[in-house]
Amino acid sequence: MEIPRHWRLKQQRYGLVGEVCPHCDYKIFPPRDVCPNCGDEAKTLYTFSGKGEVFSFTTIYEAPTGFDHAAPYTVAIVKLDEGPMVTAQLTDLGDQPIEIGMPVEMVTRKMRNDGDERGVIVYGYKFRPAVVAA
Amino acid sequence: MPNTLLTPNRPVGIVGYGSYVPRYRIAAREIARVWAGSKGGLPVKEKAVPGLDEDVITMSIEAARNAMLRAQIEPAQLRAVWVGSESHPYAVKPTSTVVAEAIGAVPHIQAGDWEFACKAGTEAMVAAMGFVGSGMADYALAIGMDTAQGKPGDALEYTAAAGGAAFIIGPAENALATLNASYSYVTDTPDFWRREYQKYPEHGVRFTGEPAYFQHITSSSKTLMAELGTTAKDYQWAVFHQPNTKFPQRAAQMLGFTPEQIAPGLLVPVIGNTYSGASIIGLTAILDIAKPGDRILLASFGSGAGSDAFDITVTDKITLRAGLARKTQEYIARRTEIDYATYARYRDKITMK
Amino acid sequence: MTDVILAGIGQTEVGEHWGIALRDLALTAIRQAQADSGGLEPGALFVGNMLAPNLSNQAHLGVLLADHCGLRGIEAVTVEAAGASGGAALRQGYLAIKSGLVDVALVVGVEKFTDQVGAGVDAAVATTSDSDFEAVQGLTATGQAALLMRRYLHEFHVPAGGLAGFPLVAHANGAGNPNAMFRKAIKPEVYSKAEMLSDPVNLFDAAPHADGAAAVILTRADLLPKEFSHPLIKIAASTVSTDTLALHDRHDPLGFWAARESVEAALHKAGIALEQVNFFEYHDAFSLYAALSLEAAGFAARGEGWKLAEDGSIALKGRIPCATLGGLKARGFPGGATGVYQAVEAALQLRGVAGSCQVAGATFGLIQSLGGPASTSVVHILEKIG
Repeated sequence: MEIPRHWRLKQQRYGLVGEVCPHCDYKIFPPRDVCPNCGDEAKTLYTFSGKGEVFSFTTIYEAPTGFDHAAPYTVAIVKLDEGPMVTAQLTDLGDQPIEIGMPVEMVTRKMRNDGDERGVIVYGYKFRPAVVAA
Repeated sequence: MPNTLLTPNRPVGIVGYGSYVPRYRIAAREIARVWAGSKGGLPVKEKAVPGLDEDVITMSIEAARNAMLRAQIEPAQLRAVWVGSESHPYAVKPTSTVVAEAIGAVPHIQAGDWEFACKAGTEAMVAAMGFVGSGMADYALAIGMDTAQGKPGDALEYTAAAGGAAFIIGPAENALATLNASYSYVTDTPDFWRREYQKYPEHGVRFTGEPAYFQHITSSSKTLMAELGTTAKDYQWAVFHQPNTKFPQRAAQMLGFTPEQIAPGLLVPVIGNTYSGASIIGLTAILDIAKPGDRILLASFGSGAGSDAFDITVTDKITLRAGLARKTQEYIARRTEIDYATYARYRDKITMK
Repeated sequence: MTDVILAGIGQTEVGEHWGIALRDLALTAIRQAQADSGGLEPGALFVGNMLAPNLSNQAHLGVLLADHCGLRGIEAVTVEAAGASGGAALRQGYLAIKSGLVDVALVVGVEKFTDQVGAGVDAAVATTSDSDFEAVQGLTATGQAALLMRRYLHEFHVPAGGLAGFPLVAHANGAGNPNAMFRKAIKPEVYSKAEMLSDPVNLFDAAPHADGAAAVILTRADLLPKEFSHPLIKIAASTVSTDTLALHDRHDPLGFWAARESVEAALHKAGIALEQVNFFEYHDAFSLYAALSLEAAGFAARGEGWKLAEDGSIALKGRIPCATLGGLKARGFPGGATGVYQAVEAALQLRGVAGSCQVAGATFGLIQSLGGPASTSVVHILEKIG
């Protein structure tokens, strides 16, 4: 069981909470406490909008342990509107084709079970094709 | 008879609302093809099916986020997150804590899960009215959400669907719609139930109609209107719990409402019965199109059995805030039809061990 | 300063060794290397391994192998840098000799993939990515390569099948390597019909995980046995660079920054120009990584690495022969042993005993061991000095 690890990351996972550098305003996700842009300390929490576009994507047919239930599934690198890129599954695709540059939005979804169906459910960010402009 | 209305000490209303309907649909005729030789009438056209990575927690989070967008308040202003459902992902561990965490409302909150078959969501709303109306809190989030399961081949399988709505209840002066009064009508009537450890519910077939649904939903609505001195003509819109297409239509007729009054909230033909979400997601579709001054009657129904009726008046704040989040019809328009085999996989109906 | 001499080499056949334990694979390679060196007695053992704690439930490989291979008592540690573990272990051996603190160093790379079967192997390999932010999304090592490959095809307008040349060359060369997992050339249509693993990466774009062990003995020239008869090979440069662990943290994921930096630094240290390199053992865990490594090293312009596979430049008689004994694709990809296999193969080339895979007149061999998508890059330049 990896309860503490998933628990510790819940803010980032559920709500895409990262950091903003107080010195250069660089937006940081995942949080790393040191600004990758200017090198200064950056611990100010910053909630990302969840809007972004597909930088690249692939479909995983042979899933590693813990993900077989969901295979085949699509994983992408998403470039967030605020700058950073993030690795995440794409969901709610239906029969919609995916393209590089396609606008996507963050949703919170089930990622996996911690262990089997007796373990806690790990929730976290995924992205889906933007439904319509709100 | 004493005054049985539930009215708050200070005026309260809906400050924000949001809905969620998953993307996938299965047509009732597809279910009939597999289980009924394509014979017989169909209670709905199609129903909404959640994806493999969705459950009441994830769907509640999305509806709550939509409600927060319209409410335009800070998450820390919420004093309660309450989720009503009959399909909470855990037997023990709250749905509400995950939802509260995800929208950033922790830790200074009340949180809890509600269960009363299909009216768990309106139970949470009534509680929120009291919580805010008493002055104990300024804002409370009440959600009704389900990923309902019907036994394969059972009549319920045609309708048991996924979806729901979230409401932020707060002071009337900041509301898009005021909650003027509520009335609840409850008896012990075993029309539908699910025992512990059972995956699928049982139901009383025709017993679910007259003594259960119609008795409770018309009693709650009639009493509410009698005590308020209103009639069907005083309302622009009405929405009744919608387990299938016919029941809410007939309830409306019995109470003197026209088909036009219930049309915008009657979503069951295209999304199915979303259980705890069924009546209130209809309310969101009405609010999406409502004008300031519109009066709305909402009546839920929960098996076992009870009905909560609400008298609601839309305020001028609806004009600016309804458009701040995705509308219910936009979710309904986002649809991908799936076949029975895909549905069986998505709904975990294929036994692996 | 002291030259580090590559005095002995050993390797097992790469493949699915169901019946052979990790320790016995290592033993075979170590015995061979010791014998090849004329019986040098190592004073330190550096083990390159990626996944034994995970796949074999076996940590503490240093003492396990020292004990099992008749070296009980000597300094022995494991070096881990994912797929670059072998290269990283080789560098530890190099540093030990270079420092003068160790007279004879034994470097063994060993990996035992087949102790487990099924989805657990992919999960184990995925632990070499960012567990909290990549693997948790169900991303695999093949998935990472696929993300890069799709972007590469998109940005540089590479035609369908544009990377086919990499596995074709690897398999053609593997046919001449008795220790290769695959010793048969493949036809272009085999590539174009291959099953998709993680689109656009197909079965032939991904090197096969396999078991294997390779070992080298490093020492100083003055300590070589009198009867030592092999041509002398020195390690002319040893460098390591690291990038971000997670792909998404890179400003330019297709840049393979660490791969570029480590090659540039190695050329500088060896005091040679890129044009003097006679062959390049790149880390072709995926076809795309071969293309990106060629670009990063400077053999091709950005976005044009794939053309070197198309036009024959990387073939044995081409401008810059690569994967000369099959590379990861055809020799096989024995995880943390891979970087040591590269050293062994480079030594075969420089000694002039690579048989039908021989690159004529080779003096400088460039070998590059990558961990993940060039998250770690370890580069060595081997030079024939007599």
